[in-house]
Amino acid sequence: MLATRALSLVGKRAISTSICVRGGHGVAKVDDYALPAYFDRRENPLPDVQFVTELSAVQKSLKEKEKGSWATLSNEEKIALWETQLLAPTRVYRISFKQSFAEMNEGTKEWKSVIAGMFFFIGMTGLVVLWQRKFVYGPVPPTFESEWKEKEVQRMLDMRINPVEGFSAKWDYENKEWKK
Amino acid sequence: MSLAKPAMRGLLGKRLRFHLPIAFALSLVAAAAFKYGVTEPRKQAYADFYKQYDTTKEFNNMRDAGVFESVRPTGE
Repeated sequence: MLATRALSLVGKRAISTSICVRGGHGVAKVDDYALPAYFDRRENPLPDVQFVTELSAVQKSLKEKEKGSWATLSNEEKIALWETQLLAPTRVYRISFKQSFAEMNEGTKEWKSVIAGMFFFIGMTGLVVLWQRKFVYGPVPPTFESEWKEKEVQRMLDMRINPVEGFSAKWDYENKEWKK
Repeated sequence: MSLAKPAMRGLLGKRLRFHLPIAFALSLVAAAAFKYGVTEPRKQAYADFYKQYDTTKEFNNMRDAGVFESVRPTGE
């Protein structure tokens, strides 16, 4: 805690090159990924650090004035800042944040790649299946032949399979043909 | 310009009060539709079939077709 308080005086992101003194034992280099980071996320609206880390001299003065009442700025100062677009609300916003909520929430065109990839792999699978049919599978059993199937159907009708609403219900036993 | 404070509490309750009656109503409708569209016609179809069913005639027809193992067709 004391170390981070001391580091905040150095400047928020300049810490990457400074070192962290721990309890007199030695120094530990603080890596970039271990520092508080900036990120645009809808569920975490106020990140740990502001976006623009190294402020130019003008931006620094603007930040100082921003802390006070803007009414105290003289007209010339306001105009000068406005001309440089620094006093514009959007410019102040952009120092603290990288993207607005509208920008960070907008969708990408990624779905097109996803659909294209899906079709491609389904097509590849189809080719593999066709090759399998030709070169891998053996012949189908004899029970698939037409004569066998006819005998099968006749036997099912003889047994009165599903005579109420199903198979045999559609057969006309008097005229020996399928019902119209 | 300040925005109105968004609702912070009671979100689940509000969602349930909206969705549960609709869910129950739709379930009842689905059940009623299945009952009167499927099961009642099916029960009626079975009742009608067996009203006209002559057991002996059907048995003899099946026997002559040769599907039984316990009785041979008549005349063999």
